[in-house]
Amino acid sequence: MNGDLDQVSSGAAGDDTEVDVDCSSAIHQLYDYLDGELTEKRRTQIAEHLDYCAPCANAAGFESELRQVIADKCKDHVPESLIERVAHLIEVEQRQPAAADPERTGPA
Amino acid sequence: MADQARFTELAMEHMPALYSAALRMTRNPSDAEDLVQETYLRAYRGFGSFTEGTNLRAWLYRILTNTYINSYRAAKRRPEIADVEDVEELYLYHRLAPSDGTISRSAEDEALATFTDDEVKAAIESLPDSFRIAVLLADVEGFSYKEIAEITDVPIGTVMSRIHRGRRALQKALHDFAEARGLVGTAPGRSSE
Repeated sequence: MNGDLDQVSSGAAGDDTEVDVDCSSAIHQLYDYLDGELTEKRRTQIAEHLDYCAPCANAAGFESELRQVIADKCKDHVPESLIERVAHLIEVEQRQPAAADPERTGPA
Repeated sequence: MADQARFTELAMEHMPALYSAALRMTRNPSDAEDLVQETYLRAYRGFGSFTEGTNLRAWLYRILTNTYINSYRAAKRRPEIADVEDVEELYLYHRLAPSDGTISRSAEDEALATFTDDEVKAAIESLPDSFRIAVLLADVEGFSYKEIAEITDVPIGTVMSRIHRGRRALQKALHDFAEARGLVGTAPGRSSE
């Protein structure tokens, strides 16, 4: 039935899925693409562009690698003393529950 | 409604990540420890209003961020620069890979690997608060735009703008470090500027 074709050609106009992917729009949406924040259709379109456009694919690879480097180099060692102090403070609170806590029947 | 007795079991494992985020926010270890401690106490006291099975990590970051913004930053009265400089797309890439195709992927990765932990941390810490927090939550903690909007209480469009512009400003800060160390601009074969 050619009714289906008619629907395809006339139905879906006006959103970003209709915009062709050129290098400029691929780069412009690169962050949204790498962040997984595009619609499935747009994601596929950008992925296809990256499949055949080496310069854009290179840039995407670089941005993705940079993200990983940033995440990897921002790890700090949490001091044992802080872990112990917080655990201790919470224990103290557990023994002396706040008056507003309805779960407990403290000496009101 | 979450059971307070389960708080330690569920929440303590998130402390290393929260501590790193607190360090980026406050920019010093002693304030970061105070901020994390305050965050955990507030979280414990408010745990009854947390719905178990929902996103505990995002909930803890929300408390961390609010505690930082409301009490800590206010107390410091740090003059807040509201904006970042406009930096072009792919700022760092274009400078580490001067003309497309002349540098291999592995060479680019190598260039990125030369950044030290301290440089990356300092570059993030150089961003104004709202951009720093958005980039931190997206790139280091891996939260979605929607989660970041909920954590920071700002519309998702604002979140996207802060992340995108913050990332570019971060790239410029990293590039400045690379330049200061002579890692860029003096490459063999000196490409003409």
